[in-house]
Amino acid sequence: MDIIGKRKIWMSISTVLIIIGLISLLTQGLNLGIDFIGGTIIEFGFEDRVETREINEILAEFYLEERSVVQQVEDSGILIRTDELEHEELTNLQNRVQEEFPTATMLRTDVVGPTIGQELSRGALLALLVAAIAIVIYISVRFEFKFAMAAIIALLHDVLIVVGAFSILGRQVNQPLIAALLTIIGYSINDTIVIFDRIREKLNFASRKETFEESANGAVVETLPRSINTSITTLLPILAILFLGGTTIQNFMIALLVGMLAGTYSSIFVASPVLVEWTNRNEAKA
Amino acid sequence: MTWKQKRMLRLASVLIILVLSAYFLYPLNESINLGLDLQGGTQVTLEAQDTEDIRVDDDAMRRSMSVIQNRVDEMGLAEPIVQREGERRIIVALPGVEDPNQAIETIGRTAQLQFKNEEGEVLMTGEYLSDARAGHEAQFNRPIISFEMTGEGGRRFAEITRQNIGRRIGIYLDEELLTNPVVNEEIPGGEGQITGFESIEEAQQTALMLRAGALPVPIEIIENRTVGPTLGATAIDQSVRAALIGLSLIVLFMIFSYKLLGLVAAISLIIYSIIVLGILAGLNATLTLPGIGGLLLSIGMAVDANVIIFERIKYEYRAGKRLKTAVNTGFKRAFKTILDSNVTTLITAAILAYFGTGIIRGFAITLSIGIIASMFTAIIVAKLIMDLVLDTKLVDNEKIFALSRR
Repeated sequence: MDIIGKRKIWMSISTVLIIIGLISLLTQGLNLGIDFIGGTIIEFGFEDRVETREINEILAEFYLEERSVVQQVEDSGILIRTDELEHEELTNLQNRVQEEFPTATMLRTDVVGPTIGQELSRGALLALLVAAIAIVIYISVRFEFKFAMAAIIALLHDVLIVVGAFSILGRQVNQPLIAALLTIIGYSINDTIVIFDRIREKLNFASRKETFEESANGAVVETLPRSINTSITTLLPILAILFLGGTTIQNFMIALLVGMLAGTYSSIFVASPVLVEWTNRNEAKA
Repeated sequence: MTWKQKRMLRLASVLIILVLSAYFLYPLNESINLGLDLQGGTQVTLEAQDTEDIRVDDDAMRRSMSVIQNRVDEMGLAEPIVQREGERRIIVALPGVEDPNQAIETIGRTAQLQFKNEEGEVLMTGEYLSDARAGHEAQFNRPIISFEMTGEGGRRFAEITRQNIGRRIGIYLDEELLTNPVVNEEIPGGEGQITGFESIEEAQQTALMLRAGALPVPIEIIENRTVGPTLGATAIDQSVRAALIGLSLIVLFMIFSYKLLGLVAAISLIIYSIIVLGILAGLNATLTLPGIGGLLLSIGMAVDANVIIFERIKYEYRAGKRLKTAVNTGFKRAFKTILDSNVTTLITAAILAYFGTGIIRGFAITLSIGIIASMFTAIIVAKLIMDLVLDTKLVDNEKIFALSRR
């Protein structure tokens, strides 16, 4: 099997996917949730189905209807997303809904101020940056600098695919997406290192005749069963939670699902090819 | 040390860790703290605000913390948390609170009680109050608060009432007039009553705030996350079921792909689960919904460590080594791989735990615990079980191990 030899194909597939994501990011952007831009989310459960129109009428009494989005959740739930409300206004609104519909139970309320969102974005970016630097240092010490760079490019690939997918799907971006992205980075780097470890071992034992490219390809092919089996065992719980775990963590799980697939792909088809490409170019220069 | 002693040592360490975990886990329904997203409750982030007179400093924050702590303690909840965060923020977690909106209002109000004369000058504030209780007044059955003052407060109150006989003294709560009675005579002893409440609930809430004291600086609610008890219960049911199904699928897959080795993996996975939950209970960590996500991910990684080892054993066996040698070399070679791959993930998780807040941190902590426990079970526990199995010599058959030379 020659995976590295066909690297142009694999890298083109990734490039196309990333470009599609970037176009979507530039044209329709991300659907930022209240965690990032502030606002209020109230979720109610009712015994019978309640129409969004009826909730909109209540919102109108508070002059909120134009700044609110009301959604039906499953059979008899209602989700209201609106501006950041003062505590008194929030209480009045909830009491009013309760008064109109005595069976209403408040399931969830989130009120987030705008400063919290800014801090979250800054904190997340900082964490990503520090994590990237730490990973580069660790891999450079245990392997070589070029391995670190190839791993980071693969990580960037995964992050861009997931963020692009969220833009295309129009899914809401909240704190869980950040947690998911960081998980994906952890998983993908783990996956990549396993292959790099085999390349390192092959280079140590390699006969003089074998080129770097041949060693790398051998490593990727030999670790392929492991890569596939690990993806399956990691995807099993993700799929189980995605379908059975309820709506609360659905976005988190979708991000993980897309990210794991991207991470597995990038470990096999991006990280090692980039490493080979990097080595070949340097050798050509020398 | 002979290999036998080494093995005994390993067996003993695994058993000790298992017993310790079981000890921390007992009884199961009380040992693990559930986050507010799982058991229902409210978490608010408060931010102290500067006023024209007072700037928020460390002292103001300390006093605010203690006032809020008092107010929260009066609510009689199971395990509330009041925690300072950063320079001017306080996080309050109220698990299982029945009326979140009222609780938030009680926590967030300044509750500055003021006595003013007819000219609007402040004569006295609520800081001299030693007690305040809500009740009903005898004559019209209106809700009232009866208060008592400290010794010095009582003397000042007597003086103020003496100077204002025949005039009105307004009683204000946060600049809002509650009642405006005419003083008939000097009031000694520092006892009195406040009327002007719309309901007994309002009087009770105000009395609570007066007992706990006024906040030295106003605070603003900048974040409020409330989960009703029904949603929390649904979330925990669903995630436990999902986790069990996910685990079963992994076990089935492993046994299907690796036969006896897969069974070894399944047993170490169960041991892994006990250890992780035991560590969580022992550290008194709080399990949140994202935390469950982190745990499931670490299960994936625990299995991955087994997959790496088993694939390596297969590889070594195919290269012509004897079964026992293949197993030993497989574990030894795979160790380096597992170490490097897990350390990089651990670095990410540790950075997240350090920089992240709230859910991100909860997730990172469970992930870190999970990674460490997974390395332990994959490298120590799985090897131990393999050695014990190989010793029996009953199973020296490549098919049971899903191995072949081709």
